[in-house]
Amino acid sequence: MEEIKCNCEGVYKEILEKYDKDKSNLIKILNDVQEKSGYIPLKAQQEISEYLNMPLAEIYGVITFYSRFTLKPKGKYHVAVCLGTACYVKGSQKILDRLKERLKIEEGETTADGKYSIEATRCVGACGLAPVFTINNEVHGKATVKMLDEILDQIDANEE
Amino acid sequence: MKTLEEIEEIRRNKRQELDLRVNQNSPTREKHILICHGTGCTSSKSPEILKKFKEIIEEKHIENVRVIKTGCFGLCAKGPIVIIRPDDTFYAMVTPNDCEEIIEKHILKGEIVERLLCKDIDGSKVQKLDELSFYKKQKRIALKNCGRINPEEIDEYIAFDGYKALEKVLKEMTPEDVIKVITDSGLRGRGGAGFPTGKKWELTKAPVADQKYVVCNADEGDPGAFMDRSILEGDPHSVVEAMAIAAYTVGANQGYIYVRAEYPIAVHRFQIAIDQAREYGILGKNIWGTGFDFDLDIRLGAGAFVCGEETALLESIEGKRGQPRVKPPYPAVSGLWGKPTLINNVETYANIAQIILNGAEWYSSIGTETSKGTKVFALGGNVNNIGLVEVPMGTTLREIVYDIGGGIPNGRDFKAAQTGGPSGGCIPKEHLDTPIDYESLKQIGSMMGSGGLIVMDDTKCMVALAKFYLEFTVSESCGKCTPCRIGTKRMLETLTKICDGKGTEEDIHKLEKLATNIIKSSVCGLGQSAPNPVISTLKYFRDEYEEHVIDKNCRAKECKAMSKIIIDPEKCKGCGLCQRSCPVSAIKGEAREKREIDQDKCIKCGTCLASCPFKAIG
Repeated sequence: MEEIKCNCEGVYKEILEKYDKDKSNLIKILNDVQEKSGYIPLKAQQEISEYLNMPLAEIYGVITFYSRFTLKPKGKYHVAVCLGTACYVKGSQKILDRLKERLKIEEGETTADGKYSIEATRCVGACGLAPVFTINNEVHGKATVKMLDEILDQIDANEE
Repeated sequence: MKTLEEIEEIRRNKRQELDLRVNQNSPTREKHILICHGTGCTSSKSPEILKKFKEIIEEKHIENVRVIKTGCFGLCAKGPIVIIRPDDTFYAMVTPNDCEEIIEKHILKGEIVERLLCKDIDGSKVQKLDELSFYKKQKRIALKNCGRINPEEIDEYIAFDGYKALEKVLKEMTPEDVIKVITDSGLRGRGGAGFPTGKKWELTKAPVADQKYVVCNADEGDPGAFMDRSILEGDPHSVVEAMAIAAYTVGANQGYIYVRAEYPIAVHRFQIAIDQAREYGILGKNIWGTGFDFDLDIRLGAGAFVCGEETALLESIEGKRGQPRVKPPYPAVSGLWGKPTLINNVETYANIAQIILNGAEWYSSIGTETSKGTKVFALGGNVNNIGLVEVPMGTTLREIVYDIGGGIPNGRDFKAAQTGGPSGGCIPKEHLDTPIDYESLKQIGSMMGSGGLIVMDDTKCMVALAKFYLEFTVSESCGKCTPCRIGTKRMLETLTKICDGKGTEEDIHKLEKLATNIIKSSVCGLGQSAPNPVISTLKYFRDEYEEHVIDKNCRAKECKAMSKIIIDPEKCKGCGLCQRSCPVSAIKGEAREKREIDQDKCIKCGTCLASCPFKAIG
């Protein structure tokens, strides 16, 4: 196996040094990496492994357990449709279906050009505005299929 | 660092300054503009409203007016909400463009801006918050400060008796005294299971150990529940104070709050609260010279429903996969890193300071025989007044749905209410008058749960709903024990088969058998309660299941495989709009002829329904 060298000079040094070398900080660190990179690259896993002195396999196990962590990069526009009960009752499934149809990808996937990714998320806590979807954490409430199309059309137009 | 005397002085001065927040006749010339910054209102741009108000006030050099961000007022459906104190005027659905008018008319001339007032259930416009029927039957204890104070300012919390309970406990009470008060109050765990809180504290106090911990469970995973989030966003100090009291009582000096990372505003405000409390010397070493040490840290969840289970939560705090442990030993004996640990839910903690200050008798006078105090519900779904409500235990479902919630929109009928999320059940029409408490909900096949209350109208299919919840549990099952990992999956497959119109009567029996086995043999609460949505819908809506498997009919027309879209030849005028709108060319017919749908090609997307100007398609 290729030797993994890390004396904390790596890309994720800044994140790691915020925390003590204590295994219980693993999830906090992963949250920070996810936030910074949009996913958890192998490089980050290797550096964490070195820093916390724990096996890569264990870290991988934790990453794959929690739905917030991903091993693949998310799209430039990450669209998350809330499938919490309040949103479901108000028809959020239709919005998710339309999104999948429009982007031709499934939940958890990213379009080939890296522009969009889809997530079916659990309650974002904005039930008063149900159904809701978020694009890069900006909440769009009282959503309709038409509204989704309009917003994505707008993004497409701006990108061109 | 602040001494107790200094804190008392802040309390006195600040209380006087903020008198207008609670006293409509306050002798002051000041006016406070309170703007909701809960998640709902923040999503509908309340920070922009705040900015706009500040700009106008600065520009026009208006004196004696302050703009304050607060936690959730509860009536999320009417957000963003702006309240003017002391006269208590409630403005709904405010936009940044309305700010100018509110300042010009209300603040400067004392005139009410009629068009922004909220419409009550009967259609009349209501000016004051407490005149709205949404608030009339509520009693706010856990949500006392939500919408009253600025959650990011410790002084405002102190003004309304904040940290007074902690002072009383540290100065005048022994741990035994505290346990007695909490036990006598009858407070039970608000996370869902309803374990007596006093008893839990006593059990955690009992073991002798060099180290103990207190933990706050803020991993609010039930879809459709957002009470804990609102408390953390609107009144974080109440949780800090209660955790300190709990730590003193059980003999801990370190606390952790486990919050979902999906709640960034709550995490942010709680961190501010911790920092401020440290600065004032309310957290740290030798608090107020009493020799009691206590500090608090935030741990973030990362999207795993099972982490709401207390032992899975402990695993997750330790940085591992959140898989539940086998109980016993209970966390009170062996919890975080093997040390005795007290775990309570956010809402439970939010009641503590009030109980200490007002006494056990006061608290136990509210509620029913076995369930004391109040419960916060996140009211959602097909109901007019979506939002956060806190009612005394024993309030009936009918009161919540109709009197507070304003009934079902679009003239539809109430079909069922769902409590307890994926672990709970559905309550049908005939039980609308059941008083809500732990026991009566259990009796009718549901559970209190953490407080999500989703109302459904008659367009909802109960089989599809059960399937929805099973999809949730299947994806959230941690995989540790077989009954939950494989059993729920089999149940989902059977439900999917039924919803696809391929089910048989045998499948219903299979579901029942599987449900019983999963409940009996799963390791943790997730598996033990996962079949509840199926059991309760089977209990009250068995006829719908039977229609699905025998008649192949879904009366709510939600299960698409069973619904047929047909064009009524009587009504069709042959305009062809439907034909052009159909994405799969399933509609046949020549120009001006009556159209027909090819059922083999039809994907039941419903596009044609919307396109028909003659309502001939259904």
